[in-house]
Amino acid sequence: MAGLCLGTLAPLLGRAGGGGLGPADWAALRFTLVQAALSAGASVVLAVPVARALARRRFPGRSALVTLLGAPFILPVIVAVLGLLAVFGRGGLLNDGLRALGWPPVSIYGLQGVVLAHVFLNLPLATRLILQGWLDIPAERFRLAATLNAPVWAVLERPMLRQVVPGAVAAIFALCLTSFSVALILGGGPAATTVELAIYQAIRFEADFAGAAQLALLQYALCGGAALLAVALTRGPVLGAGLGRAVERWDAGGLGARVADALWIGAAALFLLLPLGLIVLRGIGGLDDLPGEAWGATGRSLLVALGATALSVGLALALALRGGALAQVAGALPLAASSLVLGTGLLLVLRPFVGLGAVALPVTALADALMALPFALRSLAPALAEVEARHGRLAESLGIVGVARLGIVVLPLLRPALGFAGGLAAALSMGNLGVIALFAGQGQGTLPLLMAQLMGAYRMEAAAGVGLVILLLALGLFWAFDRGGRLDAAAR
Amino acid sequence: MLRLDRLELQVGAFRLSADLEVPGGASVAVMGPSGGGKSTLLSAIAGFLAPVSGRVLWDGRDLGPLSPGQRPVGVLFQDNNLFPHLTALQNVALGLRPSLRPRPEERARAEAALARVGLGGLGDRRPAQLSGGQQGRAALARLLVQDRPLVLMDEPFAALGPALKAEMLTLTREVLGARGATLLMVTHDPEDARAIAESVIVVAEGRAAPPVPTEALLADPPPALRAYLG
Repeated sequence: MAGLCLGTLAPLLGRAGGGGLGPADWAALRFTLVQAALSAGASVVLAVPVARALARRRFPGRSALVTLLGAPFILPVIVAVLGLLAVFGRGGLLNDGLRALGWPPVSIYGLQGVVLAHVFLNLPLATRLILQGWLDIPAERFRLAATLNAPVWAVLERPMLRQVVPGAVAAIFALCLTSFSVALILGGGPAATTVELAIYQAIRFEADFAGAAQLALLQYALCGGAALLAVALTRGPVLGAGLGRAVERWDAGGLGARVADALWIGAAALFLLLPLGLIVLRGIGGLDDLPGEAWGATGRSLLVALGATALSVGLALALALRGGALAQVAGALPLAASSLVLGTGLLLVLRPFVGLGAVALPVTALADALMALPFALRSLAPALAEVEARHGRLAESLGIVGVARLGIVVLPLLRPALGFAGGLAAALSMGNLGVIALFAGQGQGTLPLLMAQLMGAYRMEAAAGVGLVILLLALGLFWAFDRGGRLDAAAR
Repeated sequence: MLRLDRLELQVGAFRLSADLEVPGGASVAVMGPSGGGKSTLLSAIAGFLAPVSGRVLWDGRDLGPLSPGQRPVGVLFQDNNLFPHLTALQNVALGLRPSLRPRPEERARAEAALARVGLGGLGDRRPAQLSGGQQGRAALARLLVQDRPLVLMDEPFAALGPALKAEMLTLTREVLGARGATLLMVTHDPEDARAIAESVIVVAEGRAAPPVPTEALLADPPPALRAYLG
């Protein structure tokens, strides 16, 4: 594991030119940091009132909405961007409305678009993290505050936010640093290029491998630092369940508070649902326009996704079984090495020996697997610890050890966690546009790459059709794996 | 015969010493205040806890080098005695061989053991489909097929109601007594001790005392046990 993640550093170090960073590189670094900071800040600031409203209101559809907040994690980024274009793009709903009113149109391209897309993708995560914070406040404290007539905001909520918010900001900041697809479609140009995008351009358009290596090193340091910060500041599991209940409160009965909460929830739901709905609508229309390559791309995408799933879950299981601090560090390393950086390293290693086209799909699967690994490990490690705590001694006393232990006890009991981890890995890989953009030759693309190419050619209808296929496959794979893991679990 | 030879145990800052013998075929209750070290003692005999010094001997043989699965010891824990994803039959057959596919003769032995504890015909059920008492019976059936000469029980039926518990203790005595197994059972309840054990090991104040006849002990308990029994 460490070999794969750190090993890619070596060729980068070897190839990085001594020329230092040019002005364009500094601009890319600056833009990367600015957009990530703005995205993280905006996501969390908007998430606080939404989370508070969800924490203290009960209404029909609340649990569906909370479930929906988990969906963007496996929502393919490029599909989300297409949905945003349908609302905020040149010919989108918003500009149609503005035109009808005779006002000037707004542009989604550049910094504001990148930030908008990142807020769309990360507002749900921020809301879930902060909602967890609210629900972690014991109900008795609210009762105590109510009997004392104490200000809930000052004694309960502000201290909680002070604990939760830094971790949420850091996590989203780290995620936004590695954004490639968003910047590829909505950014670009000297004013809005991220480091990841600059790496891609250096390789794809200029064949400047030394420059790309240098940028990749910069990105490595950036993400490593941000990931460390996020891990240090985050408490509790990000994917934790148990957001089902609403806390009973006695301080929020006023009409003003109710209306405000309703507005926040409504606005958030609209902001999340409208683009998704438009993807589905336009996608259905675009299915007729699907280009012939789509079938081959679907097959390749499925191959990559399944390969990445097997690799990711296998590695995560091995790390979880190995346990210890070393395994934890190895499992967190991919957070520092973004899949594009990883791909750049692998590309530099492999280029002298094989045609890039020949290894495009395996390398993509490997990079996707590593990207999903930290999340797979986070799902497996606690489940494994619980199995060992509950059944380890019994297995021991019956002489069930070694491989037999794995087959008889561990794997069957881990199935739900394995299914969830596999579903995450499959969905993430299915929708990921990263390494494949560096490697793929003619007729080798996956669905996300095909979709990006169609969007680049302004064939939006066809792109929407491909987007819908990606969305359905990603959600379908997640559902199939997750369900497969849970099947039969009722009998336990 | 079980012999604890100047055994010294340590878990964190907690220490326990034991130097005693339990004759073969005896049923012995292990009693004492909570946190006194009863479970620690059983853990060491079962092989889950390595002693700081001293030895655990069975019929003169040092068990130190043996893993829990290799020791002549069968264990019943407080809970989680059955694997939830396996049928009762599979759970029982695991006492014979670590495999999910019992051979025909192993299957037959497991089925016979299930019938012996009153679970005939329920071999296909999973633990969740069995009542608490039935789960206890299935675990007993596995002890039966395991055929280990020393059986350790750590408050095995604590979660059951009084009537069911008495029933399970009777069954335990019948099943194990017929095989001449030696039994060490942790319990909080003097009635349990009277029902099943002819002698008691008191574990208190960092020491496991040699077994004392049950009636004599309960008629005149030492101070530590008296404070605990109330």
